[in-house]
Amino acid sequence: MTLTHLQRLEAESIHIMREVAAEADNPVMLYSVGKDSAVMLHLAMKAFHPSVPPFPLLHVDTRWKFREMYAFRDRMARELGLDLLVHINPDGVEKDINPFTHGSAIHTDIMKTEALKQALTHYGFDVAFGGARRDEEKSRAKERVFSFRTAQHRWDPKNQRPELWKLYNARKHPGESIRVFPLSNWTELDIWQYIHLENIPIVPLYFSAMRPVVERNGTLIMVDDDRMPLNPGETPMLRSVRFRTLGCYPLTGAVESTADTLPAIIQEMLLTRTSERQGRVIDHDSAASMEKKKQEGYF
Amino acid sequence: MAHVSDLIADDIEQYLHLHQHKGLLRFITCGSVDDGKSTLIGRLLYESQMLFEDHLAALQADSRRWGTQGEEIDFALLVDGLAAEREQGITIDVAYRFFSTDRRKFIVADTPGHEQYTRNMVTGASTADVAILMVDARKGILTQTRRHSYLVSLLGIRAIVVAINKMDLVDYSEPVYRRIREDYEAFARQIGVEAVTFIPVSAFKGDNIVSPSPNMDWYRGPTLMGYLETVEIDEDRMQAAPLRLPVQWVNRPNLDFRGYAGTLAGGVVRPGDRIRVQPSGKESTVARIVTRDGDLEQAVAGQSVTLTLTDEIDISRGDMISAAREPAGTADQFETTLIWMHDEPLLPGRQYLLKLGTRTVTASVTTIKYQVNVNTLEHTAAKKLELNAIGVCNISLDRPVAFDPYTDNRDTGGFILIDRLSNNTVAAGLIHFALRRSQNIHLQPVDINQEAHARLKGQRPCVLWFTGLSGAGKSTIANLVEKKLHAEGRHTYLLDGDNIRHGLNKDLGFTDADRVENIRRVGEVARLMVDAGLIVLTAFISPFRSERQMARELLKDGEFLEIFVDTPLEAAEARDPKGLYRKARRGELKNFTGIDSPYERPESPEIHVDTTRMTPEAAADLIVEHIRNGGYLAP
Repeated sequence: MTLTHLQRLEAESIHIMREVAAEADNPVMLYSVGKDSAVMLHLAMKAFHPSVPPFPLLHVDTRWKFREMYAFRDRMARELGLDLLVHINPDGVEKDINPFTHGSAIHTDIMKTEALKQALTHYGFDVAFGGARRDEEKSRAKERVFSFRTAQHRWDPKNQRPELWKLYNARKHPGESIRVFPLSNWTELDIWQYIHLENIPIVPLYFSAMRPVVERNGTLIMVDDDRMPLNPGETPMLRSVRFRTLGCYPLTGAVESTADTLPAIIQEMLLTRTSERQGRVIDHDSAASMEKKKQEGYF
Repeated sequence: MAHVSDLIADDIEQYLHLHQHKGLLRFITCGSVDDGKSTLIGRLLYESQMLFEDHLAALQADSRRWGTQGEEIDFALLVDGLAAEREQGITIDVAYRFFSTDRRKFIVADTPGHEQYTRNMVTGASTADVAILMVDARKGILTQTRRHSYLVSLLGIRAIVVAINKMDLVDYSEPVYRRIREDYEAFARQIGVEAVTFIPVSAFKGDNIVSPSPNMDWYRGPTLMGYLETVEIDEDRMQAAPLRLPVQWVNRPNLDFRGYAGTLAGGVVRPGDRIRVQPSGKESTVARIVTRDGDLEQAVAGQSVTLTLTDEIDISRGDMISAAREPAGTADQFETTLIWMHDEPLLPGRQYLLKLGTRTVTASVTTIKYQVNVNTLEHTAAKKLELNAIGVCNISLDRPVAFDPYTDNRDTGGFILIDRLSNNTVAAGLIHFALRRSQNIHLQPVDINQEAHARLKGQRPCVLWFTGLSGAGKSTIANLVEKKLHAEGRHTYLLDGDNIRHGLNKDLGFTDADRVENIRRVGEVARLMVDAGLIVLTAFISPFRSERQMARELLKDGEFLEIFVDTPLEAAEARDPKGLYRKARRGELKNFTGIDSPYERPESPEIHVDTTRMTPEAAADLIVEHIRNGGYLAP
């Protein structure tokens, strides 16, 4: 009996999660509500069945996610009986940090990077699962499955450990932490095929529907609530759009599409060949931005 | 264009159905940039259409700017985009790339860089089914080809492809291909490599990569992609091996359920199978294979499962569930190959953590039998292993573990060593076999034990471990403490550094490796004396934390008292009672602690003596008081 590539990827991810459950003192799963998080959560439910996963979910909330993401997040936690922690950076709330006034770089830094560090320190989590994949971007290709962070949450690229066979070294000193990426070896296509095969629920925003959008700098931005300031002469228009990645709605570009089923989404992905991170405004800020963000503690 | 079939546009459901049944192959590419390795990987990604438009646009821009191929796309830039990282001093060890065709998904371990080559290749090879060795048709088999072949076969990769590249630059010559092939075959026989496939290619032009090359009609073998799509995957072979399940996590949601979770490292498991738990040896029967989608009728090597058993037996993480009729071996001493992966060298006698499967134990290397020169394959004697060195070593564990030889099973025979202080992964290890003596030597129980010896002497035995720089005053203070205890009628013995080196340890010098062995022996002697009921005083520089820790762990809790005789280097050097500092400063004495060999200060000694504020007499009083208060002098 030959295992399929999805069965082998599934087995590897489950192995990684169990290894963390066995060796970490206080693990947590970062849950971003997107499709990769959906797959990661589904795998966790499998890994520990019939127990529930022995760790909580943590959503680092920027206050600017799509409304459908919040609804979906709360429904999943409730239905699966999981402990969901939500952290919003109180400093950012106080200063009313938002992507419109402060720009994507500052917004992301304070509401995501800083907020994540705050939450990990506050709860004393020593291992945090993240849904990042090596195929997302060139600088991730060499990322370890177990990625070490100093007590200041910094990623030290010179001080990472070789990973051989299925052996992961999870030992660390007090204060140090590990980010663990169980989906390291999955590609975007694997994720979609697995969602299809396993009937994994995902946020409806991935499917195309008529949504109110405005076009800015060649990107379609959905007007998700009335906090979005419209430029003079700008009127939201209803277009058939969907999202290839999900984040803060003012920073996430929609694509025009009629794909409203999983096979149609996968078909579209295979036929239109631009990589998924194109939809993320944050990546365009500077060339080496991802590497820099990672050193600073962004996932 | 293997990936884009018309099916995507015409019948996506059918396409998805086909692709859900693809297998997965992991391979590693070996060779330097000059051999065209990056070009090959770039070509495979390109041909399988795993490049997105934005990646491709960036690649075209980069090719014009940086490329070495004129107006054509330089595929090497796809995977070589790491220049910035090199400038930042980031270690690039293994990068993983992904592509897929209609038949398989592929994960490529790409190991650039030369300095860390052994370490990186071994890491990438540990999970690979196939190795592609790149050979430049113009240069033929080089030293590095031999080195790569040795490492690949050492790590147990059974399928090796020699890709003879740049055939376009030798006019697609069949004689060139034949000569390289014969050269390699002669060498492969020497190192016992079988099953080698030779493919003449041009990664740059695309010959024999995806479709057979019209320029080499004399070649009738598979294309590289054709080979990768059909070669046997190692994990299939592992299904024929005996059942092995290293227990990762015990699943106990409630009192009625007790499941053992882990990834099957070998064989097939079905309900009703008779199993043995190792190393305890208890037997039971598999009751269920539990998953969230319902119970399974069978599970195979490579799957992550949860088993329940028909009997309630004690099983915890680190145990192995094996086929009762074909159990794994259990032992605590092995012959192994170690690949050293850290700047700090391996020192025999030093204790490391060893992780094998899901079990972590304490281990130390007892003997380095020889080191292997990866270029010439010669064996040389070695006292330590440096970064990237490979050695055959005997290793001793603090308790027995279940194992298979690495050649039988990579997951139950491959291990890592972890440094206990830095927590770094310092070595990869491959088990050859259990040493017979580990199966035959048992501890002899004795009737007159430590307690009996101690009772007769009316004291609680312990070790007073003095550590500090040469000239700090260790021997002086230890001598005073012993006199005071002797005057009270206590049974003591002083082990002094210089005296021991005249006898028991006269074969040892002052290298790091010898210092470790020196302290190991002293620790063992002190332990025997504690067993005899004595209060033992030791006065050794003992500069390394890990060896002091090793000595501490030979004894029971409370039996080891570390006394830090704290004298600043300047003060010790000013005293210089034996004239050693002067000699060291003149360069006549090598490896002298404090001068050209480090002293690692104790982090939390039981007793801290600051000799700049205290006379030796007062220090001795302080120590005697401390052990009196600790109850060591009470009967």
